[in-house]
Amino acid sequence: MASRIVAKKLEKRFGHIHAVRGIDLEVPAGQVLGFLGPNGAGKSTTMRMITGFLEPTSGTVELEGISLADNPIAAKRTFGYLPEGAPAYPDMTVEEFLAFIAQARGFRGRDAKDRVERSIGRVNLQGVRKQAFETLSKGYKRRTGLAQALLHDPGILILDEPTDGLDPNQKFEVRELIKELGGDRAIVLSTHILEEVEAVCTRAIVINKGQIMFDGTPAEMEARAPREVTKNRMDHVFRMITTGDVADAKGGRR
Amino acid sequence: MTKAPSTITTGIEMSAAKRIAVVFRREFRSYFQTPLAAVFLVIFLFLAGFFTFNMGNFYERNNSDLRPFFEFHPWLYVFLVPAVSMRLWAEERRTGTIELIMTLPFGVSDLVIGKFLAAWAFTTLALSLTFPVWITVSWLGNPDHGTIVVAYIASALLGGAFLAVGSFVSALTKNQVIAFVLCAVACFVLLLAGFPAVLDYLRGWAPRGVVEGLASSSAFSHYDSMMRGVIDLRDLLYFLLVIAAFLVINVFTIDWKKSD
Repeated sequence: MASRIVAKKLEKRFGHIHAVRGIDLEVPAGQVLGFLGPNGAGKSTTMRMITGFLEPTSGTVELEGISLADNPIAAKRTFGYLPEGAPAYPDMTVEEFLAFIAQARGFRGRDAKDRVERSIGRVNLQGVRKQAFETLSKGYKRRTGLAQALLHDPGILILDEPTDGLDPNQKFEVRELIKELGGDRAIVLSTHILEEVEAVCTRAIVINKGQIMFDGTPAEMEARAPREVTKNRMDHVFRMITTGDVADAKGGRR
Repeated sequence: MTKAPSTITTGIEMSAAKRIAVVFRREFRSYFQTPLAAVFLVIFLFLAGFFTFNMGNFYERNNSDLRPFFEFHPWLYVFLVPAVSMRLWAEERRTGTIELIMTLPFGVSDLVIGKFLAAWAFTTLALSLTFPVWITVSWLGNPDHGTIVVAYIASALLGGAFLAVGSFVSALTKNQVIAFVLCAVACFVLLLAGFPAVLDYLRGWAPRGVVEGLASSSAFSHYDSMMRGVIDLRDLLYFLLVIAAFLVINVFTIDWKKSD
């Protein structure tokens, strides 16, 4: 099956800063891609280029075969996006906000109502549906953001730190939800929690200074840690790849 | 968590008009979700009445028209319109929702037009609530209703022009206070450029072409002649052009500044 997300040679410069330096990415259906990297590595910038919020300095993005540059509105129908920090309108209630998203996705009347209900149910927002977004706890805000991204059942989900700020129970629930959704969707999620990658992702990419430093399965990533490292092996590999001051599997220094 | 059905759909395709309508509805409703609408309407109506009856010598003039009422509108708008427009984009950027709406299936122009129309509908609603003034003058005398209708249209257009300026200014900054001040100054300059005192001063030394150019680019002279009940296509065109021009630069500004 063709890849749902195809990004080619993405570059982004902000003035003198070269934030993303040639990222190629193909995500087929059924893949849950964990996007890793230190703060400022270019994770959010890459996600913003894939979702069309930022225009790449060069490179192309195709979503479900639709070119983002040539047909942005059609391309933007294909995915759900949880931006960093899960923003929403502070004065709107959860219900009102999701109703707006349903309208923005073109749903009307009964159909829109059903979508909002299903979205609320999926991420357990029943208890806060009449509350203004600004009064919600961080966890509920994040879940409202997820509900918004899932509302139109897209084949592509792009989630920027979906579990940030959630308590361990909520993290577990969101991971279960992502696993469940993974079946026939292409999911890209960024995270700082490496155990999360092991728990939900089928593929891990580590980027540093705007370049892909590792691309493989979480198991392959873990296997790169030297044998003598027994605890937090993923963390070790992460540091190895992104700082280069930790010994790698071959015993040398990068 | 309930079991997620695995049917994949994409959103439904919409025409530009429908997309603008979705943006418009959310924006227009947002005025009433905060005290902004109530505060704005009360202050606008109070000041419109105060200027007309106290400072405009409405009764002493012994004329049954609404000149004193409309004469003060530009000055009311100079500081009330920025209060409406300052949040249009600055708020989206402050809360981060700009990233959300720009990745929903909208074009930038859908967002700019939808938001502008919502703000304009709001100020026009405030203006339309001044109808008791019209009733009063009709009851006291026999005004020329045609003139009043034209003056109302002029006032709505002036508000629209200022809003377009304000929407553009709001896109330049995250800070609503800065957006307010910049918009007020810009509107003030747009008005003042055609003010008789300013033009007379300039006539002393500036080339004639500059003075004439300034006079015709000022909102004041176009408003002033419409306020007297004169419909000139050039005046109408002026306001529509100002609105269109500022909305166009607004679109470019958002593309340019959105990620700051």
